[in-house]
Amino acid sequence: MSSVHSAPRVQPIDGLADALRAALGAVVLDVVDEHFEVSLTVARDAVADTMIVLRDQFAYQQLMEIAGVDYPERAERFEVVYHLLSITKNHRLRVKVSTDENQPVPTVTHIWPVAGWLEREVFDMYGVLFSGNTDLRRILTDYGFKGHPQRKDFPLTGYVELRYSEDQKRVVYEPVKLAQDFRSFDFMSPWEGAEYILPGDEKAAAPTPPPAPPPATPKTTETKAVTGAGEPANTKAAETSAAKADDTPPAKPGESK
Amino acid sequence: MSDYVEKLDHVLNADDPTVGDTEIQNYTINFGPQHPAAHGVLRLVMELDGEIVERCDPHVGLLHRGTEKLIEYKTYLQALPYFDRLDYCSPLGMEHSYVLAIEKLLNLEVPLRAQYLRVFFAELTRICNHMLNLGSHVMDVGAMTPNLWLFEIREDCLNFFERASGARMHSAYFRPGGVHQDVPLKLLTDIGDWLDDRLPRLFEDAISLVADNRIFKQRNVDIAVVSKEDALKWGFSGPMIRGSGIPWDIRKSQPYDAYDRVEFDVPVGTQFDCYDRFMVRVEEVRQSARIMKQCLNDMPEGPIASFDRKVSPPKRGEMKQSMEALIHHFKLYTEGFHVPAGEVYVATESPKGEFGVYLVSDGSNKPYRCKIRPTAFSHLQAMDFMLKGHMLADTTAVLGAMDIVFGECDR
Repeated sequence: MSSVHSAPRVQPIDGLADALRAALGAVVLDVVDEHFEVSLTVARDAVADTMIVLRDQFAYQQLMEIAGVDYPERAERFEVVYHLLSITKNHRLRVKVSTDENQPVPTVTHIWPVAGWLEREVFDMYGVLFSGNTDLRRILTDYGFKGHPQRKDFPLTGYVELRYSEDQKRVVYEPVKLAQDFRSFDFMSPWEGAEYILPGDEKAAAPTPPPAPPPATPKTTETKAVTGAGEPANTKAAETSAAKADDTPPAKPGESK
Repeated sequence: MSDYVEKLDHVLNADDPTVGDTEIQNYTINFGPQHPAAHGVLRLVMELDGEIVERCDPHVGLLHRGTEKLIEYKTYLQALPYFDRLDYCSPLGMEHSYVLAIEKLLNLEVPLRAQYLRVFFAELTRICNHMLNLGSHVMDVGAMTPNLWLFEIREDCLNFFERASGARMHSAYFRPGGVHQDVPLKLLTDIGDWLDDRLPRLFEDAISLVADNRIFKQRNVDIAVVSKEDALKWGFSGPMIRGSGIPWDIRKSQPYDAYDRVEFDVPVGTQFDCYDRFMVRVEEVRQSARIMKQCLNDMPEGPIASFDRKVSPPKRGEMKQSMEALIHHFKLYTEGFHVPAGEVYVATESPKGEFGVYLVSDGSNKPYRCKIRPTAFSHLQAMDFMLKGHMLADTTAVLGAMDIVFGECDR
């Protein structure tokens, strides 16, 4: 696919993926080249060594960004994404590792001191631990904040709100009370495969019940005595028909009474 | 106090051989969170040895508004105005990264006029931003007049933004696929006249007051020298890395929009100090004016937004006539457009440095993750190492030369 957009244009480096695999060996889990951006997924424990190789052999001198991403459905739900920049080769590289709440990621602060705050931010927002970072404090959230707000299971409104209390002459924290429900509209087009039933469509959308299984022995009525309603009913019917046969001739079939 | 004197008495005892060995402890001061020279809400916990800064721990996050979280709950278009409010001194520079990230995911072509308009207004934003920064930097180190003159220029810039978009600061002018509206010809000619006459007159006047000023130089020359290696290690970008002598400008090396069609020079520092950073910005203003003049000359007539009706809204007139146009408009402003699954990192040269957007899409109409790479984060983090061994009064000069705005730093 040719790119027609006008985002920053970077000359792709041919054979970078193979060179990365060759230099890094088994720690490379995946290399993806998409939108002319190379993403390298590496084993978590090898991330610091990988970064040294990338800086010294591949000339990615600068660490521009560490981003956390939360994928709750994955076994290791967090992804830590490093964005490297080479100002000599004029190229960017993305390095990813995955982790969960308990498994620490080795720090890269000894390679790039700028990683200190970036790791603090990922820790603050997602609760990802970085082993070796000596200053892993919260950075953006309030002093004494609980929870990790960028996780997908953290509500947008948070859990506490604060106000200045005239009585106590200080700022007090209280559980969030919303005067109006948070409005989250679902604008997904129903004809593009919405996964819920539209109001009024309950019957149409309900699955049709499976057809009833055929009875084991079909009920038949071969004589007058056999009604097809079971043995007790048959005996009873035989008695009445015998009594009626004594009095009146049987009515012709199809004749209405 | 009295026990302190007692302690001193004991120490100054003539029989005691350890006279004068009183251990003086460093003391810690709080700079901010509300300090006029902190450029917003910055709290610096500083450990001082007399007047020398031994350690400096910036506490940020006092303006954290959860922008990245909010963006995950908004459609792509609804999330756009949040970018104006990040760095509220250069709103269009922030929008630029975001719209380019969306366009990269969509692989959307932008008409040439829209590209020129974006470059034009991004450069006007750069002038606008540098006016604030240069002025306040000068004021932080003790001069008053240049700031007033530079604010005069900034006021002009804001008026131009208002005439283009309707809003002085939070323009929301760049949109995925182009810009919101075409600009009237009169606005372009007015800006052209302003670039030729008023801007250089006011700007060069104001800068002539400080550039060679003895006091200004005493406060800035050789303050917070950052070597090339340190600038790389600490993730510097923009005027900070150029002030450290590295000719790195994303507009030049990874051109976006129409930047590859205009000519400009990238100034770099030679002494790597605060004065260099100041002068790099001064030269950038001149180069921005040069880019804008080229834009005015080269800008073609034509559409200002993509023709892809799934992304950019139809014209008002068309909506009055066409049912499909009306439907497209309605769907665009309620459901928004869907962006193919994928992830991109797009960084542009905002006035303060590399402003990046790491956008992860899951194919729906809302971003799955939108990580904003602020420029101030890495610069402010280097505060500790830049300030070590300097005087307390140099703090304001270092901060001023960093050009930090907390809306963007804290997000």
